[in-house]
Amino acid sequence: MTFRLEARGLACERDDRWLFRDLDLGVGPGDVVRIEGPNGSGKTSLLKLLAGQLPLQAGELHWNGVSLRRARPAFLANLLYLGHAPGIKPALNALENLAWYQALHGESGSHRARLAALEVLGLAGFEEVPAAQLSAGQQRRIALARLTLSPRLLWILDEPFTAIDRQGVAALEDALWNHAAAGGAVLLTTHHELHARGALTRVDLSKAGD
Amino acid sequence: MQPRTSVAGLGPALLATLRRDLTVALRRRGDLVNPPAFFALVITLFPLGISPVPEQLAAIAPGLLWVAALLATQLSLDALFRSDHEDGSLEQLLLAPQPLAALVLAKVAVHWLLTGLPLALMAPLLGLLLSLPSGSYGVLAASLALGSATLGLIGAIGAALTVGLARGSVLLSLLVLPLTIPVLIFGSGAVQAAAMGGDVAPALAMLGAQLALALMLAPWAIAGALRISIHG
Repeated sequence: MTFRLEARGLACERDDRWLFRDLDLGVGPGDVVRIEGPNGSGKTSLLKLLAGQLPLQAGELHWNGVSLRRARPAFLANLLYLGHAPGIKPALNALENLAWYQALHGESGSHRARLAALEVLGLAGFEEVPAAQLSAGQQRRIALARLTLSPRLLWILDEPFTAIDRQGVAALEDALWNHAAAGGAVLLTTHHELHARGALTRVDLSKAGD
Repeated sequence: MQPRTSVAGLGPALLATLRRDLTVALRRRGDLVNPPAFFALVITLFPLGISPVPEQLAAIAPGLLWVAALLATQLSLDALFRSDHEDGSLEQLLLAPQPLAALVLAKVAVHWLLTGLPLALMAPLLGLLLSLPSGSYGVLAASLALGSATLGLIGAIGAALTVGLARGSVLLSLLVLPLTIPVLIFGSGAVQAAAMGGDVAPALAMLGAQLALALMLAPWAIAGALRISIHG
């Protein structure tokens, strides 16, 4: 059984101006889709629309051929969305943050798996430090640890490279392509140049409003 | 990897949310002290401001205690979803493959445990200060425990509606306070009845009924309000 997120005729309007119109988009196994466009071109809005976070102004969204409105539980069970804010609670340490996300997704998860995921992201030794005392990049790395901890088919990542250092960027890029190679799909926005190691679909929003 | 059709484990998700919110709140103790401190301060001012005559104070004590407790519960309401909204975890909560109404109920339960329950437990002590007639202390605590849970549920709807606003706290009070009037009436009514040696059962039953109704309806309203505020 495979999966597919299909968008047809999406549109987004802000202050009487179309950010994009009649946008068609399909994501399936092995796809890496990069949403491009200058600041304010509606990249984040598009990702939020696709994640079912914003009400559709036009067009339709289908998950495996079923309207997203009805397929929402199944869709959310396969989705990992990382937004602008990393979603990391400053008062909790990395392990506690990750454990909550795992429980939220119906996984019990093991302490050892969480330690391992944090170590991969270079956070060994910071597991028990409250996130408030970590840097922005380290907080984002905690959020990125969810990618390895919770296997989800569809990743929707809004500027995942923000505040990440060069080595971290390379490792994350590897993770994206490996995820696609393993049959997953990635939808992301970034201003960072991706080194294509597979089929990279580009969606350019800079002229999509005309 | 195979596509999943659903996710199990609402129980663990609820427990984890309860534990998380409790941990977060207990690590920021400063905020926890606010409602009880406000409650205690206001009540200690009344004998000084009105009259130290026990008979006079006893007559108005039920109302004073209830009004002060009601206002104290409003103090921490604004923070219920705000910090989650700011750090992005509210967005993740909305995207979790679990019923949102159940998850927000866990958050409100933690809020009650850390504000409503302490207020109910300390109220008898403050009742002593206002020379509340003996025999009504138990009813005071019970009515506040029941009533503050309803207040928390109602308040959470307002907090969810105003979470996206920069200065939502004034609007929040305006939205929520009118809805809390029935709770106030029956709550102070129960204590009044107890103080005068009357039957407290009807007023307490009404408080229980209000809580039952709020438990049934408020989680859906809170979830809906959060969706409106976050997804605009």
